[in-house]
Amino acid sequence: MYKKEMIAMLLAGGQGSRLGVLTSKVAKPAVAFGGKYRIIDFPLSNCINSGVDTVGVLTQYQPLRLNSHIGIGIPWDLDRNIGGVSVLPPYEKSKNSEWYTGTANAIYQNIDYMEAYNPDYVLILSGDHIYKMDYEVMLDFHKANGAEVTIAAMPVPIEEAKRFGIVITDENKKIQDFEEKPEHPRSNLASMGIYIFNWKTLKEALITLADQPALDFGKHVIPYCHGKGAPLYAYEFNGYWKDVGTLNSYWEANMELIDIIPEFNLYEEYWKIYTRSEILPPQYVSADSVVEKSIIGEGSTILGKVYNSVIGCGVTIGAGTVVRDSIIMNRTEIGENCELNKAIIAEEVVVGKNVKLGIGEEAENETDPHIYNHGIVTIGEKSVIPDGITVGKNSVIFGKTSSEDFENAYLASGKTLIKAGDKA
Amino acid sequence: MRAIGIVLAGGNSHRMKELSQKRAVAAMPIAGSYRSIDFALSNMTNAHIQKVAVLTQYNARSLNEHLSSSKWWDFGRKQGGLSVLSPVVTADNGSWYRGTADAIYQNMDFLKNSHEPYVIIASGDCIYKLDYNKVLEYHIEKKADITVVCKDIEGSEGLERYGTIRMNEESRIEEFEEKPIVAKSRTISCGIYIIRRRQLIELLEKCAEEDRYDFVKDILIRYKSMKRIYGYKIKSYWKNIASVEDYFNTNMDFLKPDIRNYFFNEYPDVYSKVDDLPPAKYNVGSNVKNSLISSGCIVNGTVENSIVFKSAFIGNNCTIKNSIILNDVYIGDNTYIENCIVESRDTIPANSCYKGEDGIKIVIEKNMRYRF
Repeated sequence: MYKKEMIAMLLAGGQGSRLGVLTSKVAKPAVAFGGKYRIIDFPLSNCINSGVDTVGVLTQYQPLRLNSHIGIGIPWDLDRNIGGVSVLPPYEKSKNSEWYTGTANAIYQNIDYMEAYNPDYVLILSGDHIYKMDYEVMLDFHKANGAEVTIAAMPVPIEEAKRFGIVITDENKKIQDFEEKPEHPRSNLASMGIYIFNWKTLKEALITLADQPALDFGKHVIPYCHGKGAPLYAYEFNGYWKDVGTLNSYWEANMELIDIIPEFNLYEEYWKIYTRSEILPPQYVSADSVVEKSIIGEGSTILGKVYNSVIGCGVTIGAGTVVRDSIIMNRTEIGENCELNKAIIAEEVVVGKNVKLGIGEEAENETDPHIYNHGIVTIGEKSVIPDGITVGKNSVIFGKTSSEDFENAYLASGKTLIKAGDKA
Repeated sequence: MRAIGIVLAGGNSHRMKELSQKRAVAAMPIAGSYRSIDFALSNMTNAHIQKVAVLTQYNARSLNEHLSSSKWWDFGRKQGGLSVLSPVVTADNGSWYRGTADAIYQNMDFLKNSHEPYVIIASGDCIYKLDYNKVLEYHIEKKADITVVCKDIEGSEGLERYGTIRMNEESRIEEFEEKPIVAKSRTISCGIYIIRRRQLIELLEKCAEEDRYDFVKDILIRYKSMKRIYGYKIKSYWKNIASVEDYFNTNMDFLKPDIRNYFFNEYPDVYSKVDDLPPAKYNVGSNVKNSLISSGCIVNGTVENSIVFKSAFIGNNCTIKNSIILNDVYIGDNTYIENCIVESRDTIPANSCYKGEDGIKIVIEKNMRYRF
């Protein structure tokens, strides 16, 4: 019988709807980040760097990009004879076939997968945070305390604590109580959605709670274990941890990478972040270009000027174009003499010549002000923007547009222009 | 599969000067992200050749490390794959490879245990893209015994470094001179050969009996009237890098958009080992003009008309001009470098100045970083 001390289950099925059009066609964990990475690279790299070599990745929403990215796990050295990475989509059963209805329900539906490795501990991760964490140290903490469940938690400013699930602990970090998004938080330790369970405890809880609709770790499994009297501990984490769940936090986290010595340093020799590199050649910067305070991925061709930006792999930036404070993902082409301000441009977008993005006064987005804000212009993947278009702030474009879609070659601030969707 | 591949990667060259102290020519870094042998290996895999042997001898550590996994060129197959063959001591042989023919002869089992009818022999120190299947079709069509890929080169300079060829109107090779003092032809051999496997075995065994070891001298030249040896002329880009000038110029060629486009963007791709490096970072004060920058680099200074390989660090207020900075070089602040090749893993102290006055200067410094 196989035996793995700890296996990881990585929840990667969520849409991440607050990233707007960036997640229209891809699951949030597959969204590009930091020039050449995808968000899921961070937890996957943490796993292999922590010695966890068996990872089940639970997918559901738009899994195509995620599947092709993970493949058989070669970039993370997770192609193993025993264990390695397995992509686990929902599947048909003889009775009760269902989608993954909640985080814990997804894990429940894969009990057989976990059982096959006969683990002592199961690590539950989510695929939508940027951080470096040694799960082995967390496991040591878990063992040292004789815990049945350990929750990774980080201190947040008390005024922000009401946005998180808060754990209240005693002086030994033993958890006394929880509060979900409390109005008056009693602690500033926020749960990071990273759990280590004793396999027996987890299995028993999942089977007992199986009939609970939308079975969720935070709402059901953890309170159940706590109610049963199992010892729960909080593992305090003080490193860099960033939730990139909104466009603004996604933009900020990218921009933090271009600081002189960033708080989250990709250049450390130890604790490398691995990813699938599809493009190998070096990048070319032309005689008339300026590149300052930016990071740029492989194979990009820069003929214009780039300031404070994160540029992916295989991107072309035309001559005379000025890019500021923007994120441009893989294989996007920006024409000549464009001006880009605080734009997030997804993969394989084609922007024509003389296009200006992020111009004028801010205005609230007409359709989704809670998504498109902070003055960011968002362009969905494979979009086309014709020559000579000017676009305002808090606006969004998705799909192949032509000049007829714009009035006087202009899209005002706060406007939404979506010509693509599930069927496109 | 119709052919197996052999890549000759054993050589060093005194014309590489200090650069070949560290590694075989086939392992020389090229164009920012590649090594020379990637081009021959990528051509092999792109021609659907699934069984390839790389013959190494001279200082193969860099090369072995580069080839430690065959998956990057898609040779991680159940059938065939990539073998790295170095000289070994056996019951009936204890010598190094005494020449190209001897190198293949010493690995006769590789030839004998294959079933593919043809063998493609290429060298690891040339930069080119070529569909070997086209050459193979030509070889079959001409009913040739051996086909030699060749190219006309401009001017007469440097011809004495190559094998020169004269062909008749049917492309049959009538004259073949190795490294002539005065070249009679501007057509040179590219060091890429196609030959039937059984024929190769036969010729190699005959050579070995007669204590002859060189593929060009003892097979191509010796048999040129007995065997049907044909030339296949290519017009596309092909460069041998086995001298400091050629190495420098070949790298600099990649600053030209058409050459970059040919190798980087046009089908098929060139593959290389993936190094898991972060994107290149340009800090405030960086000023990069007409240069190639590779992943993992951090640039704080000025770089002009240069090629910077992976993981190089360029300090504040530096100026790098017309130079090649190899992998993992650290350049301290206020340094001036012009017309140089900076050897990999060098640590250049702050306030240094290196300048190639007439020709290219090779800069070799100790790696001091881990002392701090």
